[in-house]
Amino acid sequence: MMQVISLLVENKPGALLRVTGILSARGYNIESLTVARTLDPELSRMTIGVDVEERLRAQVIKQMNKLINVLQATDMTDGRSICREMVLIKARTRQESRTALLKEVEIFGARVVDSSTDGFAIEATGDPEKLDEFIGLMRSYGEIEVARSGAVAISLESKKLRLQPPVPTRAAGSLAGNGVLNG
Amino acid sequence: MSGAQMLLECLVQEGVDCFFGYPGGVTLPFYDALYDHPIRHVLVRHEENACFAAEGYARATGKVGVCCATSGPGATNLITGLVDSMMDSIPIVALTGQVSSSLIGTDAFQEADTFGITRSCTKHNYMVRNIAELPRIVHEAFYVAASGRPGPVLVDIPKDVFQAMGHYTPVHSIHLPGYKVFTEGHAGQIRRAAQMIWEAERPMFYAGGGIIAADASRELQELTELVDGPAVTTLMGLGAMPSGHPNFISMPGMHGSYAANMGLTQSDLIVALGVRFDDRVTGRLAAFAPHAKIIHVDIDPAEIGKNRTPDVPIVGDVKRVLQKLNKVIEELKPAEAPRTETARRAWMHKLRSWKQEFPLAPVTSDTEIKPQHLMAEIDRVSGGKAIVTSDVGQHQMWAAQLVRFDLPRLWINSGGLGSMGFGLPSAIGAQFARPESLVISLVGDGGFQMAIPELATIASYGLPVKIIVMNNGYLGMVRQWQDLFYNNRLSSVTLDCFPDAEKLAGAYGFKGRTVTQPHELAAAVDACIAEPGPYLLNVKVSPFENVYPMVPSGGAINEMVMGPPQPAVVK
Ligand SMILES: Cc1ncc(C[n+]2csc(CCOP(=O)(O)OP(=O)(O)O)c2C)c(N)n1
Ligand SMILES: [Mg+2]
Repeated sequence: MMQVISLLVENKPGALLRVTGILSARGYNIESLTVARTLDPELSRMTIGVDVEERLRAQVIKQMNKLINVLQATDMTDGRSICREMVLIKARTRQESRTALLKEVEIFGARVVDSSTDGFAIEATGDPEKLDEFIGLMRSYGEIEVARSGAVAISLESKKLRLQPPVPTRAAGSLAGNGVLNG
Repeated sequence: MSGAQMLLECLVQEGVDCFFGYPGGVTLPFYDALYDHPIRHVLVRHEENACFAAEGYARATGKVGVCCATSGPGATNLITGLVDSMMDSIPIVALTGQVSSSLIGTDAFQEADTFGITRSCTKHNYMVRNIAELPRIVHEAFYVAASGRPGPVLVDIPKDVFQAMGHYTPVHSIHLPGYKVFTEGHAGQIRRAAQMIWEAERPMFYAGGGIIAADASRELQELTELVDGPAVTTLMGLGAMPSGHPNFISMPGMHGSYAANMGLTQSDLIVALGVRFDDRVTGRLAAFAPHAKIIHVDIDPAEIGKNRTPDVPIVGDVKRVLQKLNKVIEELKPAEAPRTETARRAWMHKLRSWKQEFPLAPVTSDTEIKPQHLMAEIDRVSGGKAIVTSDVGQHQMWAAQLVRFDLPRLWINSGGLGSMGFGLPSAIGAQFARPESLVISLVGDGGFQMAIPELATIASYGLPVKIIVMNNGYLGMVRQWQDLFYNNRLSSVTLDCFPDAEKLAGAYGFKGRTVTQPHELAAAVDACIAEPGPYLLNVKVSPFENVYPMVPSGGAINEMVMGPPQPAVVK
């Protein structure tokens, strides 16, 4: 099944590679992935759709949380959340079906962003499954070309971001350091 | 100071007294700074062995082991050691040189994408971009390597960073907001665990490398004594219970003992402590301990529920958790003998009698040296106290079965990765870490030949390592599988050329000898141990012996094959 994970990640070199690397090393298939900066320019938000068996979902989150650059990993599949994706569709239509197609665009709440004698460029956002349906519909009018953004998601639950406070080093006279498990 | 000097200052701050490495073009500035620096650099003969030696050092002490290599081929030669320490959770800091920043990405001479390549074989890795971030990164690396679930951390340092000038400002705190280490364990879960332990009729303590890493063997022993319950220790956990402890059973798993495997299978409560339900222990997972409830303590949340869903998960440092658990267990000790006490006594009795009835006993012969006979000899001279670093194969399994270890950190082997070539260089690291200890490097004739270059390191530093080759003329463990599962079609497992041990050791300037006769073995082992310097003892053992008990892969651990099939009676 599809699991949607939301990650808050430090913008450090290799952070994206770590996330995708661990998913592939553990044998999970990435279906979609988006990354962009957050309000804090040092942090990125990643939304990842992975195809994973139900019983492994918790394991995926744990593996993400093990990564040092990941501040928070949230399973969006359970709990209240909103998930959206955007798609750009280039649809070629014959003259006689243009009106019908425009009607569909309007019903779905999509927008025409470019129009020519050949057809239209359409922009739609929505729940990824709803988009599947819309894309299917557009296809019934003729040849289309599709670019999807991948899902982005946000949780509606207030989940506290728990961060590790700074730990004193040996230089600061503490025990942390060589060979000592931190407490 | 220069970046190279700054790096050395960081190592001093971290308490590093010696490290293992091999120089090259981009690390020239670093080796130049090392020239008149008190930290000891041990020149090994191959970078893979620098990492294995650092592991030997770390496994023998619990301190972070440090290794160093140049860019490109130097760095790629470290990979096996990095993965090895990752699999066994050994704290390592690997320092690699990189081509100068301005050349990165140009396919410069000896450039390799070390940062990218080592991403999946380290707990974390870094590339230093400028001298200003060097101290922070190095101290972070040590902190990450040693804390939580230990592991290897690599720091890749471009040549120009070594050469740049800057000030060393001490790092007073490590700020890694996303690196969460849970050490304490959930109080409520610990209480539940204590209750379950008192209520169990057939409890089993299943302890592993986590006990060694957390220095929790005393707490483990206390726990087994408090409730008089049996303990098995995994290949990585040998030494966590003294071999003679009345509650110690032995090693479970593919080549584990009857008592350990039947104990796990019939148990009604398994208390898993710093273990990961590895397939070599559990056999067919679906059939593993079918009647048991599970309490699982581990510092790595991702280990809990990975292979077997526990009834009581406890994330924490196993030492802290056991300290608390033992206290609660004492508090909860029922005033009256609990309902289960009779059952528990009978259970402990049953395990002790299984242990006697199906011992892991040495086999001997008058005509040839049996591998088990050699292990008994090593056991005799060690008396549970020597450091034994093992390579990978049959000899490793026989040693794990037959050599006793009375303290943690004496048994040093490549468990999770099973890297041949580990046994000799890890002995070098262990001997540097414990100069006063007897260090025996037990290797197969295959693995020894992977590590022969390190004889030079042993000789040039005068390390008194005792190398004992269990020479069966085969890649024995592979031959065993070909024998048992491939109709004995022995394909590419014959090692028909082995150097003359006396001449080989002599070529490096130390003593060596080959023994073939069982009656000569004891004296030969004694002479090897008595030698003040290094010694190479090549022991020719019977070639076709197989390791038993054995759980065929895919089998349940109670479906052990106890010994070779009896020959058919010829009429
Ligand atoms: C680097 C590496 N290559 C291959 C193997 C596969 N392997 C496991 S045990 C073994 C045979 C080891 O032979 P030897 O060193 O003679 O030890 P023995 O089993 O005979 O005691 C081999 C080839 C391995 N574990 N590591
Ligand atoms: Mg062999």
